[in-house]
Amino acid sequence: MASRNTVERLSPLEPVYQPGLHGQSEHGAGVTLCEAKQGSILQLTAWPGEEKRMIAAIRSVARLAVPDGAGGGIVKNGKAAFGIAPGKFTVTAEEEGLAEAFAASLKPAIGTVTDLSHGRTIIRISGEKAEWVLAKLFAIDFSLPAFPIGAGRSTVHHDIFAQIQRTDNDSFDIHVFRSFARAFWKLLCHSSEEVGYEVQ
Amino acid sequence: MLITCPYCGPRDLSEFTYQGDGNRTRPAPASQDLDAWNAYVYDRLNPAGDHNEIWQHSGGCRSHLRVVRNTLTHEISSVGFVRGDAHARKPGARK
Ligand SMILES: [Zn+2]
Repeated sequence: MASRNTVERLSPLEPVYQPGLHGQSEHGAGVTLCEAKQGSILQLTAWPGEEKRMIAAIRSVARLAVPDGAGGGIVKNGKAAFGIAPGKFTVTAEEEGLAEAFAASLKPAIGTVTDLSHGRTIIRISGEKAEWVLAKLFAIDFSLPAFPIGAGRSTVHHDIFAQIQRTDNDSFDIHVFRSFARAFWKLLCHSSEEVGYEVQ
Repeated sequence: MLITCPYCGPRDLSEFTYQGDGNRTRPAPASQDLDAWNAYVYDRLNPAGDHNEIWQHSGGCRSHLRVVRNTLTHEISSVGFVRGDAHARKPGARK
């Protein structure tokens, strides 16, 4: 534990991460962009027929009542969980060590735990124009009735695979592969210029 | 063209990868029946109408799907998971 906590994780966005106002922001920023740094990012996969027991395991280990159903999810107390595919869930937490907690208590007969904490970057976009900016990049419906708070969507921007969770009325967390994160961040910044954006 | 993934809902064609004709039956790996292998590799129905196809939602949930698509109109009449779903096989299925 000690050795893990002494190593600080470097952000792939660091060379291009420029806090402040950018783009057409004379009248304020239409969106706010930041990196949501989660210490734990996991994928949990249930074997066929074990989905309900996996959901129960997420409740007991992560204390997240993830709803059953395609793309259902929840955001609570700095933690988040959402369905990304049949029997598959993304679960994140601010603290490190969630993978170990699942590995210790999840029975192998239910499913598998994959620790993606160093493999994914979570980019958060929020603000009045968040839906507008995202709709330029992804061919899915971002309106609140179609994409409720907590829900997750697996989609793609060209070859950049993205898992998106709505965390609030006008706030989304976009999970991308770490190796694509800087390119996607730059794209998101360019896409936000017309509405003005603030990097926090 | 939109394909309604049973998990993700309606999604643009660009999120999917075509995995080929859904009517083929792969012979057992040890089979030495050359006619069966020949049919598996080369024989296609090529219908002008409903066609059983396998697609993967590669830019989404990554599920493999059985899709019935009309080759004349691109109308999709049925989509189901390959795993545990036999419903989409009916129209145009090999006799
Ligand atoms: Zn899908």
